[in-house]
Amino acid sequence: MNKAERNEEYLEYVERQTPKTGWFNSLFHAFIVGGTICCLGQMFGDIIKAFNPTMDILRVGSWVNVIIITITILFTAFGFFDRIAKFGGAGTFIPISGFANSISSCAIEFKNEGLVFGIGSKMFFVAGPVLVNGVAYSIIVGLIYYICLLF
Amino acid sequence: MLTAIFMYLKVFLVGGIICMIAELIEIKTKITPARILVIFLMIGAILGGFGIYNYLVEWAGAGATVPITGFGNALARGAIDGAISNGLFGAIGGGLMATSAGVAVSIGLSYLVSFFVSSKSKKN
Repeated sequence: MNKAERNEEYLEYVERQTPKTGWFNSLFHAFIVGGTICCLGQMFGDIIKAFNPTMDILRVGSWVNVIIITITILFTAFGFFDRIAKFGGAGTFIPISGFANSISSCAIEFKNEGLVFGIGSKMFFVAGPVLVNGVAYSIIVGLIYYICLLF
Repeated sequence: MLTAIFMYLKVFLVGGIICMIAELIEIKTKITPARILVIFLMIGAILGGFGIYNYLVEWAGAGATVPITGFGNALARGAIDGAISNGLFGAIGGGLMATSAGVAVSIGLSYLVSFFVSSKSKKN
């Protein structure tokens, strides 16, 4: 009884002491960082289109993703990305940069556990579910569309 | 010039709002980021499968393709385009083919980088 009371008191104390960052603030940060990353992507796309006006829009999108992924992995390697991610929250992990960062940071983190079961398997700790679900949905969509085409 | 500025505003708005929704879900429901990624991927794949997401891509460009919903859309669109051009083979492999460059770069470069960089916390 006494213990329960004490726990309750302690939880209240923790609630009082934790700094209130405010959810509105972090929403704003996510909006700013996410918007900026997307604008950078649009800029890379415009530059590619200026050099290659005939390139189709899907190919341009792939190139933009490749460039953003490359920059993100280099940033992760040099340790800049953690600071941006701390500030941006969902603004950094929802764009494709979050996917790239999850792979590269897990690869660096589990390097010590070896090539096969360290880097090779732990690399997909976060990206694995994304890839598995994504490929599964794409096969389902493709098969449904193929069956629809038959009739 | 004015249309270019307007386009960048649209990109910023759409990309920012998608990230803001994710942040709101993370704060209010305490769902982990990995699950939010999968949920957004699924939404993108469903909207892409019905062809709705393409209107957003046409309207907002990179604001729609750079977030993970755009990745889901690319997977679904790739499978549909593959089914049209290559039949059953394309329907199964088309999604991966459309996104292969991004996935390959993120795996290959991460592998390369992990040889040269060690995590800071493990050193101490």
